[in-house]
Amino acid sequence: MNAADVLLALLAPLLFPPLLLGAITRTKARIAGRRGPPLLQPYFDLARLLRKGVVRSRTTTWVFLAGPVVALASAWLAAFMIPLGARGALIGFPGDLIAFAYLLALGRFFTIAAALDTGSAFEGMGAAREAAFSCLAEPAALFALLVLVKLSGSTSLGSMLGPELPQLWAVGAPSLGLAAVSLFVVLLAENSRIPFDDPTTHLELTMVHEVMVLDHSGPPLALILYGAAVKLFAYGLLLVRLATPFDVGGTALGAAIALVELLGLAVLIGVVESVMARLQLVRIPSLLVGAGLLSAFGVMLLAG
Amino acid sequence: MGELLDLVLVGVLLLNFALLGTSRLSAAIKFAGIQGVLLGVALFVSHEQPGFRLILLAVASAALKGGVIPAILLRAMRNVSIRREIEPFVGFTTSLLLGALATGLSLVFARSLPLMAQHAGVLTVPASLATVLTGFLVLTTRRKAITQVVGYLVLENGIFVFGLTLVEAIPFLVEIGVLLDLFVAVFVMGIIMDHIHREFSSLSTEHLTSLRE
Amino acid sequence: MNTGLAALGALLIGASGLVAACAGNAAPALADRVGAGVLGAGAALAALAALLALAGGSDTLAGGVLALDALSAVFLLPVAVLGAACACYSLAYFPAAAHPREAPRLRAAFGVATAGLIVVLLARHSFVFLAAWEVMAIGGFFAVTAEERQREVREAGFLYLVSTRASALCLLALFALLFAATGGPALSPLAPGRVSPALQSAAFALALVGFGLKAGLMPLHVWLPPAHAAAPTHVSALLSGVLIKSGIYGIVRVVSLLPDAPAWWGESLLVLGVISAILGVALALAQHDLKRLLAYHSIENIGIIALGLGLALLARDAGRLDVALLALGGALLHVVNHALFKGLLFLGAGAVIQQTGTRALDALGGVAKRMPATALCFAVGAVAIVGLPPLNGFVSEWLIYSGLLRTIAAGGGAVWVLAALAAPGLALTGGLALACFAKVVGVVFLGEAREPAAQATREAPAAMLGPMCALALACAAIGLGAFALGAPLGAAAQIALGAPGARPDAPFAALSLLALALVVLAGALGLALRWRLRRSPRPSGPTWDCGYAAPSARMQYSASSFAATLVRAFAFALLPRARPPQLAAVFPAASSFHSHVPDAVLDGLVLPASQRLADLLGRLRVLQRGSVHAYLLYVWIALVALLAVSGASR
Repeated sequence: MNAADVLLALLAPLLFPPLLLGAITRTKARIAGRRGPPLLQPYFDLARLLRKGVVRSRTTTWVFLAGPVVALASAWLAAFMIPLGARGALIGFPGDLIAFAYLLALGRFFTIAAALDTGSAFEGMGAAREAAFSCLAEPAALFALLVLVKLSGSTSLGSMLGPELPQLWAVGAPSLGLAAVSLFVVLLAENSRIPFDDPTTHLELTMVHEVMVLDHSGPPLALILYGAAVKLFAYGLLLVRLATPFDVGGTALGAAIALVELLGLAVLIGVVESVMARLQLVRIPSLLVGAGLLSAFGVMLLAG
Repeated sequence: MGELLDLVLVGVLLLNFALLGTSRLSAAIKFAGIQGVLLGVALFVSHEQPGFRLILLAVASAALKGGVIPAILLRAMRNVSIRREIEPFVGFTTSLLLGALATGLSLVFARSLPLMAQHAGVLTVPASLATVLTGFLVLTTRRKAITQVVGYLVLENGIFVFGLTLVEAIPFLVEIGVLLDLFVAVFVMGIIMDHIHREFSSLSTEHLTSLRE
Repeated sequence: MNTGLAALGALLIGASGLVAACAGNAAPALADRVGAGVLGAGAALAALAALLALAGGSDTLAGGVLALDALSAVFLLPVAVLGAACACYSLAYFPAAAHPREAPRLRAAFGVATAGLIVVLLARHSFVFLAAWEVMAIGGFFAVTAEERQREVREAGFLYLVSTRASALCLLALFALLFAATGGPALSPLAPGRVSPALQSAAFALALVGFGLKAGLMPLHVWLPPAHAAAPTHVSALLSGVLIKSGIYGIVRVVSLLPDAPAWWGESLLVLGVISAILGVALALAQHDLKRLLAYHSIENIGIIALGLGLALLARDAGRLDVALLALGGALLHVVNHALFKGLLFLGAGAVIQQTGTRALDALGGVAKRMPATALCFAVGAVAIVGLPPLNGFVSEWLIYSGLLRTIAAGGGAVWVLAALAAPGLALTGGLALACFAKVVGVVFLGEAREPAAQATREAPAAMLGPMCALALACAAIGLGAFALGAPLGAAAQIALGAPGARPDAPFAALSLLALALVVLAGALGLALRWRLRRSPRPSGPTWDCGYAAPSARMQYSASSFAATLVRAFAFALLPRARPPQLAAVFPAASSFHSHVPDAVLDGLVLPASQRLADLLGRLRVLQRGSVHAYLLYVWIALVALLAVSGASR
């Protein structure tokens, strides 16, 4: 990777993620018959929030501010591990897919702790749900990644999702398809999209992720919004690279294609959110276990 | 030499019977003491050329078993001031019969043991077995705690008689240790008897039967 | 020289309690300090010996009876560190001035148990091993039952004693087998092919049961949670941190002695490890007692270590030495890591319990406001135990994952299936551990106190904070300094695997860099945020209460409610019991809801079985009348019967 590629791989996770949120919102508005906010609205929102002041609850401690900070830092580092296009990622070493999963888990831990810091029943509710759902989503994600590991014979995300991916699809299409579906479900769960969580609801009792950040305001809230976008970027890039494995040669073109596909994924998420309703909370564990079984089945198909 | 030893051991056996048959506490203690002295003599007599170590051992055991221990027991008996009668579970005649049975059994059994030549014809092993069984008999069938100590003494005497066959093999330290062990046991029993008496105003061990969880 | 240093250290540690015991009531504070100082000196010697041995120098003492090699050194290092930390901690937690009767005895027992453990790690002779094992168990018993006035402590101590007796019996049989196989009491590797496979398998099974009882592998874990809850906190830290690792050490050492390992050894270890890990952390999630929760987490981590061990055995059997080195290196590193962060967590929990007076999670809250340093240290320990970067737990779990992933990438057969199931199982335990420790940190330290009586009063004293900070720094150091771990882990692992001159080829440096990048990035972001917030005024107000004008601290999510979803998901294994409120009349009286998760193995299997056995044996009660004469009669009858039998057989 030369300097230009490095710069591209560095800037994309920094600048691109809020556009995804804008695309999702725009898609949902269009399907609902409205015009919807501009695509760049999340950037304006972030700028506005950064200018605002902060009201802190008296119950909170340093953990309240550490939550957004750590969540963003870990999401960035995780995003740097996914290759943009077919050529390597910024951070890559054998076994880095575990680091990917655990970095995101670190962000989750601090977000939950920040939620519990406020001493509010609502945030506690959201934190409990978040902990339970992500715990059940972890095996599903890992099974899906194991399919890649087995097919590619490598343990680094950069080389798993590298130029040989089309051959892997030729060999193990059913397993990879199941893994992709399962990863999509995990993406929806981890990024708090319908059918797991409604990002636009105003009822605290039904929120999962939104209620965890209820007491944040101003710059910390900006960090949280931005961090959520980066997390969506990371998961999305992984899924997009897995599902569309063409290798076009030339990193800039590959990166551009990957970003366009990400936008397409955002539109898909918007469509899914528009046509489905939020599941009952007690049914969500079953859905996650189902996704896990799907990807486990994908692994079992490779056992031969 | 062998005859002299046999004579002494016959005396030991007779004292067993005397112990089983007497109904007076002080008599029982004195019989046990005399048995101890006889054992010291037996030790002395059982070797042709007794070395210095043997003589020392004989004198020490005779003094301890014949003098010190009976003195402790008699003093304990006087302090506690109980009735000076032995109260057995089975009658005295039955005790004597059982003792005779035990002696007979040990004689029969000793014949079937693979002993060394010098021990085969002598009364040592049968006498020791008989004394051990007599000691057990006293321990099992007597109520008072003091008589149980006497039974323990007789038991130890029986083991000592068996040890006569092994005097060269056992180190001096072990022998002295065994004697010390005996002394300490009796001393401690003396103290315990005082406590038993203070707690229950009697020395009958039947009071000590309640088991705690 | 190393072994001599370690043995001297053990001697000093063992003697440290004598000072306190002898001084008695004369000068309790001084005796406490001197005892702790002597223990610290002994621990320093032992740690030095361990470091020297890891750097590359193993030697023997007393003609091969004691020896310190790299494998023992890996287990010895946390013993020394944690022993010294707990000794310093106990100066403020269990001072002799406050507990005149129990403190000297506790200090003596603590020293004896630690010294016994060190000799176990050094022993290469069956009798010495067994004797030291017994000393460690007995010392541990007296340490656990320090506050014996309470009934709960006595029952927990009894359960602990029974399990140590059972484990000692198994070990006795094991060493008898080894004696018969080698012809001598020395513990040296057997030559391959000389001993029958049946005997080797029997030895491994005995080792698994005997050492597994000590380590707390499921289902032999029943003594662990009550003992940890009942013991004084620094004893729980020692118990969890190093004493149960002696079980793991035993298994590793026995495996290193037996040459041909069939597949079922590794498979059983791996399966038991996965089950212990998942069920241990699920049970931990369901607890509402702080110390029992930490105890169940120890079971989970022992499961993870056993998983690594099992994988290493299977890989060695299949000829994949690189995988074996990774897995075993991860397991050994996890031994050290777990001692550090579990010790830290227990010490922090002890500080909280001391200041608030309660162990119940559903009563605590908001402790971080009065005890900020303790909260920070505990948070570091929590992040470490969940295995999150940049701390040490991540490095060891990552090593085990690497072994599993390599097996999945290029393996086949039963090992592949097991690894493919074990890796998501490990991920599930990671997720559950995250939920559990987010719950603990959030419920105990953050928010508000749920019961006003459980408010923390003031920060923990320096004697307690010092060890906690030291342990936290050690966790961070191992996490950031992962690049230096390759050589020592390789030195230790190769002894267990019998493959000299190998190192685990993992990109340790990349892990260190990742940890550093994370710390730097988060630090920079944090500083930027603070700078940004400093410029604007920051009004404060109450937490958003959705318009409800008078929220109370009781309205916060409690620990049980936090865990409810996951407990329900695992209800098939946890078997939770709930007592719903009784609502009878139209205007019902005050009622309560109570939920509890029992330990299924203890309450479902062990206790009923032992009750059945006790009833059965009660029929034999009639023989035990309490009359001395009857007992003597039994002896008499036995003697006569023996004489008759031997006479008749001539």
